[in-house]
Amino acid sequence: MTKPLSQKLAPLLFTVGFFVIWEVACRVLKVSSFLVPTPTAVFGAMVQYQWPLLRGAGHTLWMTLLGFGLSIVFSVLVGLIIGSSRFLYAGLNPLLVGFNSIPKVAVVPLLVIWFGVGWLPPVITAFVISFFPIVVNVATGLATIEPETEDVMKALGASRFDIMWKVGIPRSLPYFFGSLKVAVTLAYVGCVIGEQIGSNYGLGNLISRAAPDFNTPLLFAALLVLAVLGVALVVIVDIIENRTTGWAKRSGFGA
Amino acid sequence: MSFIALTDVTHTYGGQAGASATLAVEGLSIKVNEGEFSAVVGPSGCGKSTLMKLATGLQFPQKGTIVVDGGHVDRPVKIAGMAFQNPVMLPWRTVLDNIMLPLEIVQPHRSQLRAKKAEYIAKAQDLLATVGLKGLGDKFPWQLSGGMQQRASLCRSLIHDPKLLMLDEPFGALDAFTREELWCVIRDLHALKKFTVVLVTHDLREAVFLSDRVFCMSARPGKVIAEREINLPRPRDLEVTYTPPFADIVHELRGLIKGARTAT
Repeated sequence: MTKPLSQKLAPLLFTVGFFVIWEVACRVLKVSSFLVPTPTAVFGAMVQYQWPLLRGAGHTLWMTLLGFGLSIVFSVLVGLIIGSSRFLYAGLNPLLVGFNSIPKVAVVPLLVIWFGVGWLPPVITAFVISFFPIVVNVATGLATIEPETEDVMKALGASRFDIMWKVGIPRSLPYFFGSLKVAVTLAYVGCVIGEQIGSNYGLGNLISRAAPDFNTPLLFAALLVLAVLGVALVVIVDIIENRTTGWAKRSGFGA
Repeated sequence: MSFIALTDVTHTYGGQAGASATLAVEGLSIKVNEGEFSAVVGPSGCGKSTLMKLATGLQFPQKGTIVVDGGHVDRPVKIAGMAFQNPVMLPWRTVLDNIMLPLEIVQPHRSQLRAKKAEYIAKAQDLLATVGLKGLGDKFPWQLSGGMQQRASLCRSLIHDPKLLMLDEPFGALDAFTREELWCVIRDLHALKKFTVVLVTHDLREAVFLSDRVFCMSARPGKVIAEREINLPRPRDLEVTYTPPFADIVHELRGLIKGARTAT
C-alpha cells in the first residue's frame, strides 16, 4: 500500500497549521496568557520544566502500561470464559455493565483510603477503566463463531478446547486489537485521573500542582506531553495489530 | 447391513413439544448402503439440514434410532467430512492450512502431524490438484472466487479420508457451469475413493446425475415420501443429463416434490 505524497504529508501539515492558527489567534485577540498561552510560551514552559515533565511522563507511562498489562491479562481470561459459556455471559454481563458505568473518578478516593497515596491508585484506575472494552470484544469474537464452522469442527470430533484454540481465539484477535486501541487510551486517562488525586508523581500530579499556581503554560505543556504520549501508545498498538491480524484487513475500503 | 440407518426419527427444535417448538422431522426413516452415493431432495424447509445434523451426531433426536457405521450415534461421529453451501474457510489460514485443519483434529493424524508433515502436505496438494486448484495452496481464501473456495472446502472435507461425506447444498451458490464442473469433480472422487455420500440438494438434475439413490422428503415436518434408485450406468458423462431416461427420472421426481409441496 503506497499512499500519495499529499496523504503522507497531511498529518504534518495539519499539526503545524493547528499551532500556527493557535499562535496567531492568541496574538491577534490578545488573549491573556493566564487563560490560553501561545504555543511559543507553552514550548518555552516545556523547555523550562523539561525535567519535571520528563520524569512525570516516564512515571505516567510506566503506571499506564502496568495497569494496561494487568488489564489485558485479566480481561482476556474473563473474555474467554464469558465468551465460551452462554450461562456465564448471561450472568456476568449485567454486573460488568454496572461496574463499567461507574465513573472511575469516583472510585479513586476509595482507592486512596484502601491503599494510601502512592503508585497503586493510578495503576488500579488504569486497570479498572480499560478492563471492560477488552472483555466485551474478546467475548464477542468468541460468541460470533459461524455455526457452520462449529459444525465442521464438531463433526471432526473436535473438543471445546480445539474449537476455542483453532477457531475462537484467532477469530477474536481483530476484535481484541480493536479494543486495545480504545483500552490503551482509557488506561492512560485512568492513570492520569488516579495520579491527580492519589499520587505524588506523574503528569497527573504535576497538573494538580500547577493549577493552584495559575501556571497555565506548564499546564498546557503537560497537556501537550500527554497528547504526544497518547498518540505514541495508539501507534504502538496499531503496529502490533497490523503484524498479527493483517488477514482481517483485506478490503480496500478506507485504505 | 446399512451404513447409515435412521429409523422412525422425530426431531423438534425449541424444547420438548412446547408451544414454540418446531417439528422438523417426524417418522423419518432412511437407509444408505456403504459406498453408495445418496441424495436427499425436497421442498425448502423440509428438514434436509436437520437430517444431516442427526446423521453426524450434531443433534440428537427425541424419538427413533440412528445407526452409522455399525454404531449407535450418541456423540458427533468422527468418520464424517462435511461441506456446506457456505465454504466456511478460516480467513487467517492459507488455503493449504485450511485443508489441513481436519488432520489437526482427527486421530490418528493428529498425533502424527508433526512427524509426517511433508507427507500430509503432499497429500493436500494432490487433492488440490484433483479439484483444479493446483498451486493455489499458498493463497488466502478471500483471494479465491466462490467456486474455488467451494473446491477447497471439498478438499477439506476429504483430506482425512472420511468414510462418510455429508454435503449440504455445496453447489447451491455457484453458477451453472462451475456447478457442473464440480459435479464431475465429486463424481470422480467418489469413483476413486468409494466413500459413502449423503448429498442434500434442491437441484433434481444434480441429485439424479450424481447419486445411486434419491430420497424425496415431504414439507415440514419432513419424512421420506419416496425413494428412487437411479440405475443409469456409471461412469456417467454430463451428456447423460440430456438423454430421455435422465429427463424421465427428473420429471418423475419433480412430480413427487410438487405433490409434497401442495400436500400440506
